[in-house]
Amino acid sequence: MGHRTPLYDKHVELGAKMVDFGGWDMPIHYGSQIEEHHQVRRDAGMFDVSHMVVSDFKGEKVREFLRTLLANNIDKLKTPGRALYTCMLNAKGGVIDDLIVYYLNDTWYRIVSNAGTHDKDMAWMNAAAKEFGGVTMTERPDLAMIAVQGPNAKEKVYAALGENMRETAGKLKPFHSVTIGELMIATTGYTGEEGFEIILPAKAVVFTWQMLGEAGVKPIGLGARDTLRLEAGMNLYGSDMDETTTPLESGLAWTVALEPKERKFIGREALEKQLATGVPRQLVGLVLEDKGVLRNHMKVYNAQGEGEIMSGSFSPTLSQSIALARVPAGVAPGARVEVDVRGKRLTAKVVKYPFVRNGKSCLE
Amino acid sequence: MSKTPSDLRYTKSHEWVKKEADGTVAVGITDHAQGLLGDMVFVELPKVGTQVAAGKECGVVESVKAASDVYAPVAGEVIAVNMSVSDTPESVNKDAYGAWMFKLKPSAAGDVDKLLDAKAYEALVASEAH
Repeated sequence: MGHRTPLYDKHVELGAKMVDFGGWDMPIHYGSQIEEHHQVRRDAGMFDVSHMVVSDFKGEKVREFLRTLLANNIDKLKTPGRALYTCMLNAKGGVIDDLIVYYLNDTWYRIVSNAGTHDKDMAWMNAAAKEFGGVTMTERPDLAMIAVQGPNAKEKVYAALGENMRETAGKLKPFHSVTIGELMIATTGYTGEEGFEIILPAKAVVFTWQMLGEAGVKPIGLGARDTLRLEAGMNLYGSDMDETTTPLESGLAWTVALEPKERKFIGREALEKQLATGVPRQLVGLVLEDKGVLRNHMKVYNAQGEGEIMSGSFSPTLSQSIALARVPAGVAPGARVEVDVRGKRLTAKVVKYPFVRNGKSCLE
Repeated sequence: MSKTPSDLRYTKSHEWVKKEADGTVAVGITDHAQGLLGDMVFVELPKVGTQVAAGKECGVVESVKAASDVYAPVAGEVIAVNMSVSDTPESVNKDAYGAWMFKLKPSAAGDVDKLLDAKAYEALVASEAH
């Protein structure tokens, strides 16, 4: 038996099919993954993401610490409440994890990181913090997390949790948050739709889930979460990047802040070296032109050489198969590649991603 | 719970087989199989006229989650395929026993009767659940 979130019984009661995910028993779907996917693109859905790791970092030197720990620049966060997506790298520039860091106040930052990488993340962050005397790290298993996503998500959150939400959270731009006591509401997400991620006391999560359900927000499993994030062109740790790949090879160069040059974050030297010698591989989007479904680890071929599908699935919004693939440098959007799909060579087109944003296709 | 109609025969690889009046057999995948695979998005059917041996791949069903081969339950010739299933793969989820994929003319008439009956198939499904 794996770890269970406080919503476990609720999922079972709702008829979820439970599967192991990073050591947690989580709902993969509540009936139909495709219907749940459309529910989020067209209306509003909620995800139990309480398995994700919430940790608080406090101390006088905490910003200094995060300046070194993270590949993106914490100094981009100028006002409390702001959030930043970033990778945490090892000395070789490999990705230990991707995470979101929230600036709560000058001596308090909150990191939300992946469940599957919990042990190594904690060991790494603890070791790194030792050089910054006084920085404390506290995991928050007493907190739970619900993501509410979709074009009608925000309105339904106000309906469920009170009109005063409109005043506080309704004005937030993307990647901002507001904290009211132990409740934190952020305009972040993993679907390419509008919505909130709500961090709240674990003891209040079942009630909140129920209220959201009564407001018409449907439960969505991790299966649809994966097809939604793939359509939105968002990386999945462990599939699209890991410790053997740099952010530059993973479509995440935009999250690496090389300016200012004085900021010596962990992995910087390795990335600079890779930039100087040329980044050999890149992450590209693929759309399958033939019938079939692209799957993780299928081999990709074109004139520049061999590549591999890192995340492949069927896109319910586009009604065709899409993928993120790691291919040699030089493969450009518009090019055709061949993919070995169960022994057959099928044709896919290289495209810029995201594939879908706010319910609409981004493909030309 | 999955339904298992008693007038059909079944394979260990989760196909159902229906004997038609004219001696041919219709083949699909069971309700249990569609439940395991989840939402279907793509069905590949064999070519009419193909000769198949028992247990040979005779089509593919792909769900959001995974691809799975469909096997010929008995040796024979493919005499028809159901294009409406490849046009609407979700029909396999909605009505697994209505969504036949191909019809075979068996090489030997008695082969179908050697397949699992509903009771034996249910026992198989129960044993795989553990």
